Amino acid sequence: MKAIVTVIGKDQVGIIAGVCNTLADCHINVLNISQTVMDGFFTMMMVVDLTLCDMAFEPLSAVLKKYGESRGLSIRIQREDIFDAMHKI
Amino acid sequence: MLSLSNIFETINMIDKQHLDIRTITMGISLLDCISEDPKRCCDKIYDKITRKAEHLVKTGEAIESEFGIPIVNKRISVTPMALVAGSCSTTDYVPFALTMDRAAKECGVNFIGGFSALVQKGFAKGDELLLRAIPQALAQTDFVCSSVNVGSTKAGINMDAVAQMGRVIKETAHLTAEQDGLGCAKLVVFCNAVEDNPFMAGAFHGVGEADSVINVGVSGPGVVYHALQSCKGQPFDVVAETVKKTAFQITRMGQMVATEASRRLDTPFGIVDLSLAPTPAVGDSVARILEEMGLETCGTHGTTAALALLNDAVKKGGVMASGHVGGLSGAFIPVSEDEGMIAAAQSGVLTIDKLEAMTCVCSVGLDMIAVPGDTSAETISAIIADEAAVGMVNSKTTAVRIIPVEGKTVGDMIEMGGLLGSAPVMPVHQASSADFIARGGRIPAPLQSLKN
Repeated sequence: MKAIVTVIGKDQVGIIAGVCNTLADCHINVLNISQTVMDGFFTMMMVVDLTLCDMAFEPLSAVLKKYGESRGLSIRIQREDIFDAMHKI
Repeated sequence: MLSLSNIFETINMIDKQHLDIRTITMGISLLDCISEDPKRCCDKIYDKITRKAEHLVKTGEAIESEFGIPIVNKRISVTPMALVAGSCSTTDYVPFALTMDRAAKECGVNFIGGFSALVQKGFAKGDELLLRAIPQALAQTDFVCSSVNVGSTKAGINMDAVAQMGRVIKETAHLTAEQDGLGCAKLVVFCNAVEDNPFMAGAFHGVGEADSVINVGVSGPGVVYHALQSCKGQPFDVVAETVKKTAFQITRMGQMVATEASRRLDTPFGIVDLSLAPTPAVGDSVARILEEMGLETCGTHGTTAALALLNDAVKKGGVMASGHVGGLSGAFIPVSEDEGMIAAAQSGVLTIDKLEAMTCVCSVGLDMIAVPGDTSAETISAIIADEAAVGMVNSKTTAVRIIPVEGKTVGDMIEMGGLLGSAPVMPVHQASSADFIARGGRIPAPLQSLKN
């Protein structure tokens, strides 16, 4: 299953490294990254593959959220389908 | 390929513009619970509801978590109780409402609709008993919603039922007077009621429906309002196009959630209701959308035209995004549940007469309106008759959800709490309609009914 991880927060050193390490710990493969800094805010979305991840969605979401809070970032994971539904015909 | 801006557009809609799924409503047929013994009938009703909807709330929460979209309400609608209870050897229908309430609490839903009767042409035995039980049923339960269909384009208007509903509403207000007439917020009087409406208080599971079904109501006034801010001063063609595009996106999300819920609950998908349903939260108001089109205050001249455009564009945008569209589908204009409507009513610009005109072009009717406690039953019946006539002649659903608040007068505020919001008590006309309501009988179906 594919999902989208989004990260928003104040720009700082090592955000991508930190998020990627957290994902790797959960056996999540990153397929694509798109990132920019808007008005001083770090904004990133990652397309990830959850096939090898053995955690259920809810605890996984909590792990990412907790890591984000420790660095002052808002991190969330959502299934890709919601974005496909709204932005693709 | 999804772009960064697509992703953050969706996230902003959810975080900042109050985009949500307003309700996943499971419709459940109770026709197989009919029994002559009322106790046995109630047991069967409880068992069926709790069996069918056992996983409804849990499934809704799982979808919320995985897709990151709030699903505000999980609800249940059932077969109009007058049809189910009609065969029972009892004259007291309150226990059926208590059973519904108990089942709703067991399932964890926050409303259950279907303490209802369809009397557009006349009363069957069960209908009369159900109408009689409504005030006590609403006073003794927490989550039960009731609705009565008093007219239709095909059948005309049952003026005996209209007269009786005026009295039922007054009595309900009296029995729940300590809570500002809260019982009336759970009671809707319809013309052309629909069988697959997922929204409360008017939801019931029609007899033409499957054994159980998943209907979804989307929302999103905040998203439309935000989108319109980017086309200030532009012609209405641009406004309509912008609303259509937004409604399309919102509905696609609703369709996806409906399909997912239907699959997980192993229950057929019914419809998506394309409604702009406001909440009392700032930034989630239909009135503010109309004002964004250029009106100083909702209710002033031009409001009906603005609402007509909005209602139509929501449908045009949404209809292509969903496999099956149904329910009420359009813009809702409840006063107490819409921050902008509350402000407009408080300022005196928005009146009941203007709201009545607005109901000619929106999806429902006079909704969540507080009126003085000394408003007579006949006046309430006459308000219902007017609204039913609008629905009957225009072949659309109209409804009245009105709260005569005991001890309150024009200018006072009432507090319902939660999604029901708060409302200023609005003035009604003082001239009597009593002789008009006393006539009874039926207003014949209009020429529009003769389509065959």
